[in-house]
Amino acid sequence: MKTVRIYQTILLALSAMFLVVACKNSNNEGSHEQYGKLYQNLVEPVKGEEIAVLTSAPEVPPPITRKHATKVIVNLEVIEKDMPMMDGVTYNYWTFGGDVPGKFIRIRQGDLVEFHLKNHPDNKLPHNIDLHAVSGEGGGAAATFTAPGHETQFTFTAMNQGLFVYHCATAPVGMHIANGMYGLILVEPKEGLSPVDKEFYVMQGDFYTRGGYGQSGRQPFSMEKALKEQPDYVVFNGHVGALIGDKSLKARAGEKVRLFVGNGGPNLVSSFHVIGEIFDNVHREGGSQPDHNIQTTLVPAGGAAITEFKLDVPSNYILVDHSIFRAFNKGALAMLSVEGEENKAIYSGQQDDRIYLPEGGAIQEMPDEPAEPVKPMSKEEKITAGKSIYASTCQACHQADGKGIDGAFPPLAASDYFASDPNKLVSAIRNGLSGKITVNGKAYDGVMPKQTLSDREISAVATYVLNSFGNKGGEK
Amino acid sequence: MHKIIIFAFFCLALNSEISAQTKLIPIDGGIYLPLYSLDSQKVAVAPFKIDNYQVSNAEFLDFVCQYPEWQKSKAKKLFVDANYLRHWTDDEYFAPEMANQPVVNVSWFAAKKYCECQGKRLPTTAEWELVAQASQKDKNGYKDENFNQWLLDWVAKPAPKNRNRGSTFKNVYGVYDMHGLVWEWTHDFNSALTTGESRGNSDLSDNLFCGGGSFSSKDLRNYAAFMRFAMRSSLKAKYCVGNLGFRCVQ
Repeated sequence: MKTVRIYQTILLALSAMFLVVACKNSNNEGSHEQYGKLYQNLVEPVKGEEIAVLTSAPEVPPPITRKHATKVIVNLEVIEKDMPMMDGVTYNYWTFGGDVPGKFIRIRQGDLVEFHLKNHPDNKLPHNIDLHAVSGEGGGAAATFTAPGHETQFTFTAMNQGLFVYHCATAPVGMHIANGMYGLILVEPKEGLSPVDKEFYVMQGDFYTRGGYGQSGRQPFSMEKALKEQPDYVVFNGHVGALIGDKSLKARAGEKVRLFVGNGGPNLVSSFHVIGEIFDNVHREGGSQPDHNIQTTLVPAGGAAITEFKLDVPSNYILVDHSIFRAFNKGALAMLSVEGEENKAIYSGQQDDRIYLPEGGAIQEMPDEPAEPVKPMSKEEKITAGKSIYASTCQACHQADGKGIDGAFPPLAASDYFASDPNKLVSAIRNGLSGKITVNGKAYDGVMPKQTLSDREISAVATYVLNSFGNKGGEK
Repeated sequence: MHKIIIFAFFCLALNSEISAQTKLIPIDGGIYLPLYSLDSQKVAVAPFKIDNYQVSNAEFLDFVCQYPEWQKSKAKKLFVDANYLRHWTDDEYFAPEMANQPVVNVSWFAAKKYCECQGKRLPTTAEWELVAQASQKDKNGYKDENFNQWLLDWVAKPAPKNRNRGSTFKNVYGVYDMHGLVWEWTHDFNSALTTGESRGNSDLSDNLFCGGGSFSSKDLRNYAAFMRFAMRSSLKAKYCVGNLGFRCVQ
């Protein structure tokens, strides 16, 4: 028995030696000295070695301060996991690094990148990565084709500076991207980027689910909608409200901000716009030459842009896809919350609100016939009339189901805001409402303009709301 | 010696308990059109018999009892990678609830050997795909959008904890779990990559990645088939993967 064990030990040791030898061989092939020699004439000599700092959106790794190319080791893990698309909606995301978008990779032009792609053993599918920053076959796709529970490696030199998308390119490619497999890799120019105060990582994507926007429960990928290019969700950073409320991007007035904006697609092209700002510089599609004074910049699917702007005044700046139904009905909304000193010379705020009569104050049109006395409406009549007023006046923001839009438009459904005092509902319609309020445990800080409705119409729509969407009833 | 007797008994007990469940189902044969192919490349599949279930942990334990050279610690590293039977606690032990679950973390070599030792063999991809086309009611389930969506839905869920054999559906032939449990090895899993003679220089990357995939495929909407194709293509024969098992044919 003992002999057998010793024999086994020797065998094991031998095979271990064999493995070590094998590993060493393959290490030699990929050794950085060898690549250094190969590539030093191509770009510049590669000095030293470091492991890349990868960050989850909206964080960005720190700027590169070194003045030479180096060998950078990137370790990126593919994880398939359930996460909320929005409150109450679960989606099985496929991710580079655990969330959507994938981890931000920051390197310098000329760097020699040793890329390791790890496919978690619990994953169902093989994956790979196509980095648009790579010059060569498939951007690394074939070299990184990885079965679950395996790790692949390849090496490339960052020949071109720019901001590049990376994504999974395993068949069916559209589905891998639609499930969230994309991110950004920044190749800084040798001289670095100009200093700014804040940098953020924002990436748009479209999602296709069996149920419509907001339908609760687990929602599987819908191939039909993806083929028709009709997404239910268009979002920044993978989830509805990923950058809203507490999770808003934050800066102070006077600061310079740089946004690394990507678009994973898979289908839609983004009309990227920040409400209330003008981009001082835009590196369209991540290119080298900046354009100036841009309002809205197109970010193609599988493309990116760098936008830079100085925040002149405090405000809640809203990031949108200005293909605007996506912003208000599909989730393409994010917030940059800026505090600091106001500057009334740059932006005054509302200065007055006065009566406007097109005919002039003195002329009044007389009705042809004396108005019939209006009969008071019954509660049922109010609800019927209120329903159509709601559809034309309220629904665009508060939604057909009264649930509003998380972070932007508070829900009217089962709302605790006016439950104890329905007059607050009437007041909001008649007078408008602005500033911070809390509805059903969530904070909102927006502006609702006063509505141009008659008393009769207000009474109808308020009664409709009180008797709909799970509210407890009543009549105004 | 004492240990060996107990061990053998354990093997026998499991064998009699489980083997009653797996049986061969006759398949008439038919025509299979590979995902990347021309009409002229239709594959005629001769009649064969296929296991109604995937091979279970208990059945595989029985095999390694009889062929100890395939035990977790003894299998040659040429034939299995480091994940071989990773979910087993020891050479002959795994959690009791795994007995009727499909064995995973087995290499192509191990799967092939298992089938041969039962007087069977691994199915060809054409044979496997022919059986996999069947839904509960129809030998060609791909005509049914619901069937296709069901296949996609499986991928849209994390791997289920309870993966007992028979927990998905029985197709019209009487074969269980062709979809929805774990992927399966086929005999020629990598042939699509190595025999490209009639497709010019169509190689792995041309077929599989990005735009390349769309040129030569007959059935662009069969996303589940693309996923199986991709899965098979990512493998090497010694790989042992946590959601990859097998069944045998005769």
